Amino acid sequence: MAGQLRIITGIAAVVLVAGAAAGFAVAWRPSIAAISPPQPDTFDPAMVKRGRDLAAIGNCNTCHTTQGGANYAGGLPVPTPFGTIFSSNITPDAATGIGGWPEAAFVRAMRSGVSRDGRQLYPTFPYDHFTNVSEADDRALYAFLMTRQPVQASPPANQLSFPFNYRPLIAGWKLLYFHGRDVPSNEAKGAEWNRGAYLVEGLAHCGACHTPRNALGAERVNAQFSGGQVDNWHAYALNDTSHAPVRWTADALYAYLRHGWQADHGTARGPMAEVVDNLASVPDNDVRAIAAYMADISGAPAPDGKSGADAVAQSSPADAAQAAPAGAAIYAAACASCHESGRPLPYGGINLARSTAVTSPDPRNLINIVLAGVGAVEGERGPIMPGFAASIDDTQMVALLNYLRARFGKRPAWDDLDKTVREARAAQAVSLAARDVPAESSQRGKP
Amino acid sequence: MITLKVNGQDHQVDADPDTPLLYVLRNDLELNAAKFGCGLGQCGSCTVIVDGQAVLSCVTPLLLLEGKQVTTLEGLGTVAAPAPIQRAFMEEQAAQCGYCIAGMMMRAQALLMRNSKPTDAQIRAELEPNLCRCGTHMRILRAVHRAARLMDTADAAGDRSIR
Amino acid sequence: MNGPVILDRRSVLAGGGALIVSFSLRGAVAQEAKPQELKPQGPKLPGSLATSPYLDSWIRIDADGRITAFTGKAELGQGFRTAFQQIAAEQLDVPFDAIKVITADTKLTANEGYTSGSHSMQDSGTAILHAAAQVRALLMAEAARRFELPAENLRSENAAVIAPDGRRLGYGELVAADVLHVQAQPTSPLKDPQSFKVMGQPVPRVDIPAKVTGGAAYVQDMRLPGMVHARVVRPPSYGAELMEFDAAAVEKMPGVIRIVRDGNFLAVVAEKEFSAVKAMHALAAAAKWRESAKLPNQNDLPNVLTRLPSQDFAILSRSDPSVTGTRRLEATYTRPYQSHGSIGPSCAVAQFADGAMTVWTHTQGVYPDRQAIAEMLGMPQPSVRLIHVEGSGCYGHNGADDAAADAALIARALPGRPVRVQWMREQEHGWEPYGPAMVTKLSAALDEAGRIADWNFAVWSNTHSMRPGGAGSLLAAQHIAKPFAVPAPKPLPLPEGGGDRNAIPIYNFPNAHVMHHFIPAMPLRISAMRALGAYHNVFSLESFMDELAGLAGADPVEFRLKHLDDQRGRDVVEKAAQEFGWSRDRKAAQNRGQNLGYGFAFARYKNLAAYCAIASEVEVDRETGRARLVRAVAAVDAGQVVNPDGITNQIEGAIVQSTSWTLYESVAFDDTRITSIDWQTYPILRFNSVPDSIKVHIINRPGQPFLGSGETGQGPAAASVANAIAHATGKRLRNLPLSRKRIKDAIDA
Repeated sequence: MAGQLRIITGIAAVVLVAGAAAGFAVAWRPSIAAISPPQPDTFDPAMVKRGRDLAAIGNCNTCHTTQGGANYAGGLPVPTPFGTIFSSNITPDAATGIGGWPEAAFVRAMRSGVSRDGRQLYPTFPYDHFTNVSEADDRALYAFLMTRQPVQASPPANQLSFPFNYRPLIAGWKLLYFHGRDVPSNEAKGAEWNRGAYLVEGLAHCGACHTPRNALGAERVNAQFSGGQVDNWHAYALNDTSHAPVRWTADALYAYLRHGWQADHGTARGPMAEVVDNLASVPDNDVRAIAAYMADISGAPAPDGKSGADAVAQSSPADAAQAAPAGAAIYAAACASCHESGRPLPYGGINLARSTAVTSPDPRNLINIVLAGVGAVEGERGPIMPGFAASIDDTQMVALLNYLRARFGKRPAWDDLDKTVREARAAQAVSLAARDVPAESSQRGKP
Repeated sequence: MITLKVNGQDHQVDADPDTPLLYVLRNDLELNAAKFGCGLGQCGSCTVIVDGQAVLSCVTPLLLLEGKQVTTLEGLGTVAAPAPIQRAFMEEQAAQCGYCIAGMMMRAQALLMRNSKPTDAQIRAELEPNLCRCGTHMRILRAVHRAARLMDTADAAGDRSIR
Repeated sequence: MNGPVILDRRSVLAGGGALIVSFSLRGAVAQEAKPQELKPQGPKLPGSLATSPYLDSWIRIDADGRITAFTGKAELGQGFRTAFQQIAAEQLDVPFDAIKVITADTKLTANEGYTSGSHSMQDSGTAILHAAAQVRALLMAEAARRFELPAENLRSENAAVIAPDGRRLGYGELVAADVLHVQAQPTSPLKDPQSFKVMGQPVPRVDIPAKVTGGAAYVQDMRLPGMVHARVVRPPSYGAELMEFDAAAVEKMPGVIRIVRDGNFLAVVAEKEFSAVKAMHALAAAAKWRESAKLPNQNDLPNVLTRLPSQDFAILSRSDPSVTGTRRLEATYTRPYQSHGSIGPSCAVAQFADGAMTVWTHTQGVYPDRQAIAEMLGMPQPSVRLIHVEGSGCYGHNGADDAAADAALIARALPGRPVRVQWMREQEHGWEPYGPAMVTKLSAALDEAGRIADWNFAVWSNTHSMRPGGAGSLLAAQHIAKPFAVPAPKPLPLPEGGGDRNAIPIYNFPNAHVMHHFIPAMPLRISAMRALGAYHNVFSLESFMDELAGLAGADPVEFRLKHLDDQRGRDVVEKAAQEFGWSRDRKAAQNRGQNLGYGFAFARYKNLAAYCAIASEVEVDRETGRARLVRAVAAVDAGQVVNPDGITNQIEGAIVQSTSWTLYESVAFDDTRITSIDWQTYPILRFNSVPDSIKVHIINRPGQPFLGSGETGQGPAAASVANAIAHATGKRLRNLPLSRKRIKDAIDA
């Protein structure tokens, strides 16, 4: 891993330096003069409200708010293969936030990834998607952010190794990968589909997680939506390579995005939980539009119309138990009482034959969920699952995973499970150790 | 028969391997501290320590515990010779009905064993899985802080036995 | 079925000559005689002495000097077992540790009805106070007789009476006669509060050491020889009928002893607890029910309630035509059904042996519950004994009585064997009787001087007690083949009231009208929950006071004081404001993106128990609507203080619990079934929203009567938090709970 990273780093340096040289002309962008922060009451309330919905679709709070930290005040560490980048303060604080930013500077940042002072912004800020956002929407987002409470807070300095800590190199990256992709448009597909395309490819930046990235951290355009990763989670493939046991339909996607769970697919968790919590408050039409477009991306439902239970054929418990007897016993004793209780979702456990976590080629999500469970949302109704990190050891975990895969996944066993389990446990231990403040429920809480 | 290590002793337990640890502790071993609260892993009343970590005994079947060390509140100390966490809860009068308290203490104990000087925020974060209905939270927090100080004092005196 | 009378332990022992007193009334009836039969002539006796006047119902001294205090109240975790011990020790002049307290037991203690309504200190504490003082006086008199000295020359110390010449007689030696089996006198030689050594001290609670070391502390911890475990299969909804079930497969399950079915009552008994749980699940899966419940629309409760037929009572009508208001305000406040949500599901152990039934239970009323269980079983009451053993905190009428009935019904089917029943989490949440939903409509007008000239308050509510007495209150009795009808609900009488508890304002308004719309129909199973109607009425009243203060442009604390004549009330208001650092021109603030607001509220519980004022600082996240109580300062006047830490613990707990009710809690249901059946679906406060600090200041009133403090915090805490949220956001929320979504919607509106 470390060796591989060094090679990537070397190649990346060469490519980026070359790119920067070639692109010096675009590397330099003028500073836009700071303004005094505008008074909140100078913004049209209707525009602010629209901006609020757009900010929810853009999931801005997830990256720009830390656990227990002030809203939009930044400071969240975003790990990348090149080091850790901390999100910026986007409250209207003049000194440390974007209070001094005129609207034009905000629009420029969204469209071309350049800060008010002319500095290049790292593409962890997904301007490769945000560049597709309309100027009217950018202005509404600006109105929303400028009417938030200003918070004085500077994020920690980024922890990037050379050459990635040299911002002008970003211009080279942009030359290579930032081409302002067009939003697909197709009149024949209707207004809803086109609205969905605009949101998905732009503000919602779904591909940022669900599309795999190349060695330089750019989304691989020819593998769009074929599955990516984020924060030690696997973001499932959303295109026709999806491993979902039941095909996604527009209605199912809508329900999932709107409510955070869907009977044939389960409950959103991990980073996706934050996304659906945000979507819970946005206009219904927009969630429907996103669902319609994504359903189309994922390919039409199978012609035989299989859905729900029909599609969920599982191996016989006996066969699977024979393949993984220890795992069968663990499942029966520790999992089945909820996952076979017959209680409907989201408060009963999903029938694991419907779980993409079990059919996915990457077992990490399943491991993460068994280890950490699903925590309670403060003061809100929401599913709770106990985590088993402290009671299940690696051997038992591997046995359980093998059984679940054989019985419910009907796929070949996962490779290298021991190692993946160890790594997932280590990653979780790190995140637990870093837990210095109470879990701030706004991370998962419904508004 | 299953061999179960509880509070430093091996016990031969005549129970099905799928039996949740909680029932074995309460009925077979006649240990009172761990409580049935929900049986669903949602409230923390049944919390015990397994190999140094807080575990919900109501959702932990025996078959996961082969070769592991289980510690219950009884294993920490007695009224006559209380452990620091027990002394602290007595001194802070950190109970109303007290039904949740054993679970609270065991989760706090697990925290203090790996972090002897937790911040207030860390204690709150750690105790989040455990519910109290009487509203004794302020006292529980004070008691955990006090336990940390008591352990610290014990350490300074070179006495690690009571941790 | 007639069983033998369970003999009173004292009459048995008395026959053996071990006892120091003889009894004019022998047998269990000694404790059960109807109040009027025992009521002495003359002035009313203090506290529960009025209904159980014999001193030896409260204090017993054995020949070996052992001292026992008895209470008919049940320790529920409030800590009064310790407080009673302090009272008895103080008034008897014995060390705290010299006394043992025995709590509610139909064979041993007085019938004090329910442990509820913050009555324990007022009723039982007062009885023990006076009984102990009178016992001490009797002992002094006896010693004086033996010493042949005037009693005033003697002093008592450390469980002995001492003469000036140093001669001493231990209490045990002095009671070798019938001296304690006498009726109490109306007045007692109480000790001067200035001389208190034990009362007024924060004596550590006697029950805590066992609770923090794994000692047996709860009915859940009981293990009797030969005990078996039972689980009940409850219907899926109210009124569901059991159509069929396949017993055969379940009966064959390992360890299963018996399936007990009586009509719609279904239970399974097994040797081991987990076998019973597994069998219960299997039985539940095999049972077919016909459901018929029609629950109201949970999103339209205010209309549902106010449209139900009601009995209307004008409970206050005060008019002064010389005062009229000009500026008028109206508001409607609502409360949903809310759960007691005990952390430990209800549990009981019962044993049916030799024709007598014994039930160990965490009921709040051993005598009324005995009456109900005896009626259900068709047994004479003296053949049934109920013994209170602590359970998880209940905060009112939870599943305790029902679990006791379940255990008794099952135990009767297995004579001789002790049967332990514990409910599952889903059963406790799904079947407990909830705190009733309520609606209040208020209107008021201010005069030119900004004073309230005219006040109108109307409350719609069910009763707040469906506690047993009759068998029909018990789930098991409702479910058996020959069911007992649910008793007709009754409004609880004033001055304490039920739905109208604290509906009458303590403030001095020249024109005031209060209506109680009592709703007999109960769409959901309901009963008593901590503070009863006072929780919602104080929330409404004290929220509205703030709204009116806003209209008057007045500071909320000054506005209250302007209308409050009761000096003790004024004292707690001023104390809380001062200790909080309340200032007239306090401004809502912002801190790291959170809006901070400050709120105040006050009430005297039932207008006759403890006074409580609470000032709060609340933070509100404008983006998510999340509100958190950051800091609370309370001032409380509970009369003569027995154990200050006990009062502090109660008030702290009340603030945290009421904050949880107020911000988060509502019972959820669909057309047929209750759907909030665990902590996923009925969320309560967790550690991540616990306040930074709570401070409780007690105003002690030496020599004054005890004023119950267990429930006085619930209403003020709710209103204080609501007022702080209104201050922080500029938006008034009137529908409980003040959820994140409601706050966010109000901010965004």
